[in-house]
Amino acid sequence: MTERRRGVTRRQVIAGFFALLGLLLIVNYVAEIDLADPVTTRLLFGVGGFVLPTPTALTLTLIGGFWFVAGVVSFVPRIASIGTAMLWAGALLIIPALLIWAAAGKQINVVSLASVSLRLSTPIALGALAGIYAERAGIINIGIEGMMLTGAAFGFAVFAFTDNIWLGVVMAVVSGSLMALLHGTLSITFKTDQIVSGTVINILAIGVTGYLRRQFFVDGGGGRVTLPQFSLPLLSDIPVLGPILFVGKPIFFAMILLVIFTHILLFTTRYGLRLRAVGENPKAAATVGINVTRTRYLNIIISGAMAGLAGAWFSLETVGRFDDGMTAGKGFIALAAMIFGKWMPFGAFGGAALFGFSEALGSNFQILQVQAFGLPVPVQFLQLLPYLVTMVVLAGLIGRAVGPAAAGKPYQG
Amino acid sequence: MSRSAIVAFWERYSPALVPVLAVFTALVVGALLIGLTGGDWQAAYIGLWQGSFGTPRALVDTIIRSTPYIICGLAVALAFKAGLFNIGAEGQLYAGALCAVVIGTTMQLPPIFHIPLGIIAGALGGAAWASIAGILKARTGAHEVINTIMLNYIALRLTDWLIKSRQPLLLGDPADTSGSRTPHIAETMRLPGVSLGNTNTLHLGILLAVILVFGVAWFFKRTTLGFELRMAGTNPNAARYAGISVPRSIILAMAFAGGLAGIAGAGEVMGVRYEVSTNFISGVGFDAIAVALLARGNPVGILFAGLLWGGLLTGARLMQVRAGLSIDVIKIIQALIIMFIAADQIVRFLYRIPQRKAGDETMVSKGWGGG
Repeated sequence: MTERRRGVTRRQVIAGFFALLGLLLIVNYVAEIDLADPVTTRLLFGVGGFVLPTPTALTLTLIGGFWFVAGVVSFVPRIASIGTAMLWAGALLIIPALLIWAAAGKQINVVSLASVSLRLSTPIALGALAGIYAERAGIINIGIEGMMLTGAAFGFAVFAFTDNIWLGVVMAVVSGSLMALLHGTLSITFKTDQIVSGTVINILAIGVTGYLRRQFFVDGGGGRVTLPQFSLPLLSDIPVLGPILFVGKPIFFAMILLVIFTHILLFTTRYGLRLRAVGENPKAAATVGINVTRTRYLNIIISGAMAGLAGAWFSLETVGRFDDGMTAGKGFIALAAMIFGKWMPFGAFGGAALFGFSEALGSNFQILQVQAFGLPVPVQFLQLLPYLVTMVVLAGLIGRAVGPAAAGKPYQG
Repeated sequence: MSRSAIVAFWERYSPALVPVLAVFTALVVGALLIGLTGGDWQAAYIGLWQGSFGTPRALVDTIIRSTPYIICGLAVALAFKAGLFNIGAEGQLYAGALCAVVIGTTMQLPPIFHIPLGIIAGALGGAAWASIAGILKARTGAHEVINTIMLNYIALRLTDWLIKSRQPLLLGDPADTSGSRTPHIAETMRLPGVSLGNTNTLHLGILLAVILVFGVAWFFKRTTLGFELRMAGTNPNAARYAGISVPRSIILAMAFAGGLAGIAGAGEVMGVRYEVSTNFISGVGFDAIAVALLARGNPVGILFAGLLWGGLLTGARLMQVRAGLSIDVIKIIQALIIMFIAADQIVRFLYRIPQRKAGDETMVSKGWGGG
């Protein structure tokens, strides 16, 4: 669907938005620059680390000025490339601008914020990888949410009964794969509509996990340990980057490795080439001797395994408990991250990091008691931030992102 | 009747039985599941029957419970026909319910004006909320599945805020100390109903649902706009060629669907609860899809599918008491029903019903780029 509204492009909308936002910031803060005792925001890099005091009003005015210029420049056709570069830079500036505004007169630990963002992006990145494996093979997997939930519940159930947390992680992966196998059977063998089939997975997961919880571990569940934390020797001592990347729990590390592994698998191996061929043009792939059905089955199962691991992140790595619906839409946000990353592993990781950041920001805002228009920002607004960001990202990017051509179409062998 | 005549008769008329057989198969698999996990499936199913359709009291409860599912099922089916997958009935229902509450708590009118006004407000609220997804789909191509799900979560959080916020006081009831509900709506906006002996009040909502069922059927069969929406859904290219604006059709279809779900919300407020609370209703989004799929998008079928859905949910409580099973069993059975409806090859194979002809599919999903 590329019909545009009479001449107004997405780019112009974005540019106009930046110009307006920049203007607002300038108007709001320019008067405060000259104050005798200006408000400062202290950006903290690690506990007891480097502190960067920034004058709030001055910095925000400068950022606003940059946004305004970027927006205006983007409207000039002859220097379009400069405008685009400035818009991207402006988009990156949103992050410091938000932090400096929110923590005005207070301090905020940038390192811990980045580290929390990445931890929170773990299930989203894994879910996005799940989506990539499925869709690159030509199957839309909207059941990631359900597979995550199943993984979280069954992984925790096995942990509760055997007291072996690693066995729990294995079970999470296996149960996620089994749900994916069902999705595969319905959509590959029975050629059911893939979105309907994924919806079946989601509803089934709610029922099965709720049944499991209430029937079997209604009281014996709570307050268990979670997966242990590791810090990699030497690497974790690097200032700033060390605590962000090299101290963490196993599923977080697994996520980073799997992102790299998936990229290598997809784009440098024969397996990856075949997988992508099946997703783009199954007829042609079949002609050169690739077994389309088998490839699709294999990859939907891998997809389920990823989603199951993401589920284990909830119950085994973070909370130490299973709650009904504890995945809270992360599976759908993961799909948005996948689209954001244009079906590429690193891009999807970037999208996941963005959503993780918006969630971390929400909890940080709560601690800082951020105020807008003289009233504290309601908790609910901060909670809905990731969902809102998902919608904005989808609307802003989807026109330019084109997925695998055969995704959604059953293969008639 | 010769054997071949019976076979011919079966081949001709059995496809209509597929949904019934799918429900039956799902119940059998559900019984197996209950049995295998150590439950008493007979006691469970007897409880389920008695708690849903077995007594007049249960039947009334079932009808009351079914009403929002019927209307939301229509909302999903309407979007289906226009080629859209609306998972957002829940958020749209909340939007409609909140708008109805605003009308119900701020105004004093005679019932003859107040009741229609409440319903219209609900429809407008739901339509506005759904239009967000519709406009995004039409203008940017963002897939409505993800957006409607996101709008569900956002609607829940916003409702939570509107009800709980005390400074400023928005829709919360200042007299309510727990801060988890709105004030009650005025007497003049409550839907009248009848009470048959020892039952809950059967309000007019079900009548509204029936009217809407036939209204939607009429809309698609007899009106130009209905035809345009269907055409834009089944074949956007042909529709464009015929001069139908596909983006306009998408926005309109989502708005109509949302309007229906909003009416369902208004109906719940005006007929059953007289308020919106933080645990107003949950999971309608997915349940409505199930109802629409079960009826294969046929409006009259939705009436029965919705009753079945309401019956399962109402009977679950007695089943829980009788057999000591968690009510989540019902969710599993519901998922199995949709599974057997969606993959009807399984059912057709089991009962020797001829396979579907090519091109007879309910719908075919498209990639995320929009289509």
